[in-house]
Amino acid sequence: MFEKALKGGKLYWSWIAFLCLLILVGLASYSVQWQVGLGITGMSKEVSWGLYIANFTFLVGVAASAVVVALPTYIYNQHKFEKMTTLGEFLAVAAVTMCILFVLVDLGRPMRVLHVILYPSPNSVMFFDFIVLSGYALWNIIIAWYILSSRITNTDISWYVKVIIYLAIPWAISIHTVTAYLYSGLVARGMWMTALLAPRFLASAFAAGPSLLIIAAIIAKRYANFDVGREAIDKVAQIVTFAMIVNLFFLGCELFVVFYSQHPEHLAHWTYLLFGMDGYGKLVPWIWASIGLGIFAVLMMIHPTTRKNEQLLVFACALIFISIWIDKGLGLIVPGYIPSMVHTVVEYWPTMLETFIALGVWGVGLLIFTVLGKMAIGVFQDYPTEEELKEMMEEEKEEEVVEEVVTAPAKEYTCELCGAVFTDLDECCEHAEKEHKIAKASCDIVCFEKG
Amino acid sequence: MISRRKFLVTFGSALAGVILSASQLEKALAAFQSVEKGSSSQWGMIVDLSKCAGLSCQACIDACVREHNIPKIEGKHHIWWITFVKFENAFPEQTHEMLGEFKELPTLILCNHCYHPPCTKVCPTQATWQREDGIVMMDWHRCIGCRYCMAACPYGSRSFNWVDPRQYLAEITNPMFPTRTKGVVEKCIFCYHRIDRGELPACVEACPNDALIFGDLNKFDSEIRKMLGEEYTIVRKPSAGTKPKIYYILPWGEK
Repeated sequence: MFEKALKGGKLYWSWIAFLCLLILVGLASYSVQWQVGLGITGMSKEVSWGLYIANFTFLVGVAASAVVVALPTYIYNQHKFEKMTTLGEFLAVAAVTMCILFVLVDLGRPMRVLHVILYPSPNSVMFFDFIVLSGYALWNIIIAWYILSSRITNTDISWYVKVIIYLAIPWAISIHTVTAYLYSGLVARGMWMTALLAPRFLASAFAAGPSLLIIAAIIAKRYANFDVGREAIDKVAQIVTFAMIVNLFFLGCELFVVFYSQHPEHLAHWTYLLFGMDGYGKLVPWIWASIGLGIFAVLMMIHPTTRKNEQLLVFACALIFISIWIDKGLGLIVPGYIPSMVHTVVEYWPTMLETFIALGVWGVGLLIFTVLGKMAIGVFQDYPTEEELKEMMEEEKEEEVVEEVVTAPAKEYTCELCGAVFTDLDECCEHAEKEHKIAKASCDIVCFEKG
Repeated sequence: MISRRKFLVTFGSALAGVILSASQLEKALAAFQSVEKGSSSQWGMIVDLSKCAGLSCQACIDACVREHNIPKIEGKHHIWWITFVKFENAFPEQTHEMLGEFKELPTLILCNHCYHPPCTKVCPTQATWQREDGIVMMDWHRCIGCRYCMAACPYGSRSFNWVDPRQYLAEITNPMFPTRTKGVVEKCIFCYHRIDRGELPACVEACPNDALIFGDLNKFDSEIRKMLGEEYTIVRKPSAGTKPKIYYILPWGEK
């Protein structure tokens, strides 16, 4: 299967080269972090989690949602969405890989990471997160691989893969829930200690992940001649719309409780985030941009005319993706630490090297997604199912019929010589023969389409 | 129709399953609570702010730094095990805008060695854990540097080695105590090594004003127990439910 990823045009290879460059820059930056320590980042005693953990949190959502949206295809046997599903699987694989890498680069002593397994600690949510994330990565690789192989061999998916598919759906919900519990169980951080965190995570994930999926699908359609189908895209776009509305509603609930109750430990973090505190307010423009973009994108998505326009849809999806990235990343992790535990304001901003490392991890993820996606596209194009072949032919026929029916009455023909108007070309030709003595066969010299 | 036999079998096994999982759940939940053991010692400390000389003295801090080879790093990578902050920073819930000089009162803060430490609960490798005598410990060879404990501590009592701390040590003041590497979390360990030898923690021993009173909270006739019974003491952020074992006596009207 993999050989399909090695064939591609100029655009494909320059994209791959660009990603490799990102990864190399990331690696070089990481080698500095390896030598010097996490001191090269913007993190401090007061703000001890930053860009890495923010990206980790965001990507867990992307991973979870991509599968939950796509997998029901197999349960309801709707093969129309099969292509979207496979893209979703591979997006999940790429996202989980990025999650794991982001945790690894955040560790002070990465060589000891296996201590998590050697000394299992079921009282730590991080231990569970480790288990669910690695399990999730495994399930998705298995599922996607078997879907593609069954395509090639033209057989049905075996029962045990179906079992894994069923398992993967609650599992996907669990990875994001467990990740939310990572924060919401901490009595120290008022901003995170809310039962709404897990639902909020899920809602935002169901908006951000599928948005990326739509963008990927439309790119694949434009540049790789791989159409997942308009219906699949619209279904996913509807999910994005609902999820984003729910996400904004949850945000409103959170803001109401915080600002109406005025509970100091919750209020302090939100005040810093939304309005700044003691003259510090690095995140203020970011969070308002996030909220503004989110609302604007929802308005675009709600109306069917903008949602069904491909270009506007991609634009709206990109806005949602950016909005939620800010909201989950900078807007959640960092202000949880500000003000600090001794009520001082120490701000955080990622350094250049830290950003390069993060971009490097994104490079790895996108490379995985590109290569796997390319592979999937190759398999789908080389091994169309009988149904699809039939459908393709039927579609072509349908299009022809539709053209005839729709275009005929709309056209009008005029006779150049006398200006008479006819709804039919034949009528015009008869008229030309009768009135102007012009042979029917060459009537196109006088009968023209109007307008 | 479902037969009686089938109904009994299904219902019975479901009931058994529920009971079994409930009993297991209870066990699992018990693991989340650190047990307060009555038999062994429980070490605690009183910080008597009416006796503490404040910023001009710093004997306790110096003693701690020398005992544990703590690097002196300025700025956002700073590391402390015991330090002074303003009263309003240590006790934000106990201050208000109209409070005068009291706000500025130098207040000594350190790890609270809580009865219910949130930090040990979240550690994914048991690199930080609670001894039977209540001391919250750190294993610098186990720690993977994920800093989850720093997120969990409501008191900011944990520091991370963002860079190699050894380059900030002019000399190793206590060769008997390990220095740390970059990438691990460190904190006050209540001088467990001294307590095990029957000595007092370094800070308590160094205090020239008897402002730090250390002792066994489980021993009925210990000095600390007597003082806790007689004097009014407060702890930091009681609302967090962690039950700190560092108690504070305030200088009522004196300062």
